[in-house]
Amino acid sequence: MALAGFRNGLIVTGWASSIALVVGAAFALALDRYDFRFKRALEAVLLSPLVVPHFTVGLGFLILAAQLGMARGYGVVVACHVVLVLPFVLRSVYISLRNLDPRLELAAASLGAPPHRVLTTVTLPLLVPGLVSGWLFAAILSFNEFTASLFVTAQRTQTLPVALYNYVREYADPSMAAISVMYIVVTATLLILANVFLGLAKVLNVEHPR
Amino acid sequence: MSIPAEDAFSAAAPTPATRANGEESIAVQLDGVTKRFGKIAALDDVSLLVRRGELMTLLGPSGCGKTTLLNLVGGFAMPDSGEIAIDGQRVTDVPAYLREIGITFQNYALFPHMNVAANVGYGLRMRRLAKAEIARRVADALALIKLAGLEDRKPRQLSGGQQQRVALARALVIRPKVLLLDEPFSALDRNLRASMQVELKEIQRKLGVTTIFVTHDQSEALSLSDRIAVMAEGRIRQLGTPDEIYRRPVDRFVASFVGDVNVLRARLERIDGAIATVALGAARVKVPSRTLQGATTGSIVDLFVRPEELRPAEHGMAVAADGIVAAQSYQGGHVDLYVDAPEALSGRVLLRVPRHEGMSLWRAGARISIALAVDEAIAFRPA
Repeated sequence: MALAGFRNGLIVTGWASSIALVVGAAFALALDRYDFRFKRALEAVLLSPLVVPHFTVGLGFLILAAQLGMARGYGVVVACHVVLVLPFVLRSVYISLRNLDPRLELAAASLGAPPHRVLTTVTLPLLVPGLVSGWLFAAILSFNEFTASLFVTAQRTQTLPVALYNYVREYADPSMAAISVMYIVVTATLLILANVFLGLAKVLNVEHPR
Repeated sequence: MSIPAEDAFSAAAPTPATRANGEESIAVQLDGVTKRFGKIAALDDVSLLVRRGELMTLLGPSGCGKTTLLNLVGGFAMPDSGEIAIDGQRVTDVPAYLREIGITFQNYALFPHMNVAANVGYGLRMRRLAKAEIARRVADALALIKLAGLEDRKPRQLSGGQQQRVALARALVIRPKVLLLDEPFSALDRNLRASMQVELKEIQRKLGVTTIFVTHDQSEALSLSDRIAVMAEGRIRQLGTPDEIYRRPVDRFVASFVGDVNVLRARLERIDGAIATVALGAARVKVPSRTLQGATTGSIVDLFVRPEELRPAEHGMAVAADGIVAAQSYQGGHVDLYVDAPEALSGRVLLRVPRHEGMSLWRAGARISIALAVDEAIAFRPA
């Protein structure tokens, strides 16, 4: 049961944080590079899941999914998680973009790089720490998300926290403690890997690499 | 300088000497270019011709539009009106990556995730040259800027001067039609700056690459340029050789921006056609009359005199002004004297005297009589 929850959790986290990464990075680029009407409003909407209670978001998605007649499959869980973790990806990528010297891109262009090659050879490689940190935050949050997940998951799609919750309500045994330890170990491992390969300070945007 | 190093750039634009005069010899042409940011015109109807192979400096205080002009030539911004041509081809709306322009930035903007060789070879990779060709040209370029052996370093492992060289090599290796340099030396310390300037000039002349150089440092502009465009408030105030700019400034702004200058209250004595005579104390000096349009004989004019054009009066010399030494500043080869004199409109009068004389004779508090060491200067009507 917990194993199914773990598996569901990985599926949802993998999809949700990856989709959030692509969507969030695209919005971050748009917010950083372009001036358009309602820019502030768009930013507020994108960051709003930070202030709206997860409870409300979960309930909202549940009602929406019901009205659309969507089966309570992975789709609605993933969509819900994407919305919840998007602000973190957005912030992370946005800060990296702000720290990116625009002259690097101008230099690349002057050397004959058309826009898409500037993006792939200069902008994206330099954004890697921001992208990784965004994905990492998103993954950790999504994997641990409980409140909204409680609403949008079904028996078949229960993520780990929801599965644990249901388990505790019926049984009392030490497997809870064991699973919690596994939780901590997995999260810590991810952070340690990020630190080893990228430098945690850089990933968390604590220092500004120049 | 090795032979292969020269070969690295041999296809660059022909040297100016091999070109006939006329259209052919113009590398960059700006025609009535205007660029606005909001309501402010960063560039206001600017026209400029840069000759092939010349080193043209855009000199001016910050906000004068020099960097905007550079960005327009580089293709990083589009003008609101006017036309830009490079090598006779209209490029006004051609994007930067198609312009074949080399540029170095104030902070060098080296790609931090690439090593030196990858940085220098970037433009060649974008041109999809063969690997062997890229390797050869990168090696030649690194030899030219004397950085062979540092191919594998990352930019952050290099000193400021080395980063500067890499940036220059990266821009030159693509054999650009025009080289743009944006305040290239401002981040270097004084000694390094001087030697890099000499080296840049040497490389620029050797390759014959047309260069537009942006700086706010007037001494840098004077020492490096073939011609200088002095800019202020989005316009070119004066275009000329360093000597013309220094000795024949067209207005007060140019005169005070380029080089140290004393502004002295003098009297217009006579106008004879193109030449006017100005009296300062007992001294007389000739000035061009064109900058004194409308001034009448006997009226007060502002005489602009360089520090080296003044000297302490010796017996028998016409005294231009009397004053008291307020301070002296030891400069090694010479001593700067700051003199309080009633004629001075620009604070104190600055003059330069030889070291021994300055140290022994002109201590603070000493009375001094000042004479003119030249018989030509420049004067403007009072502001």
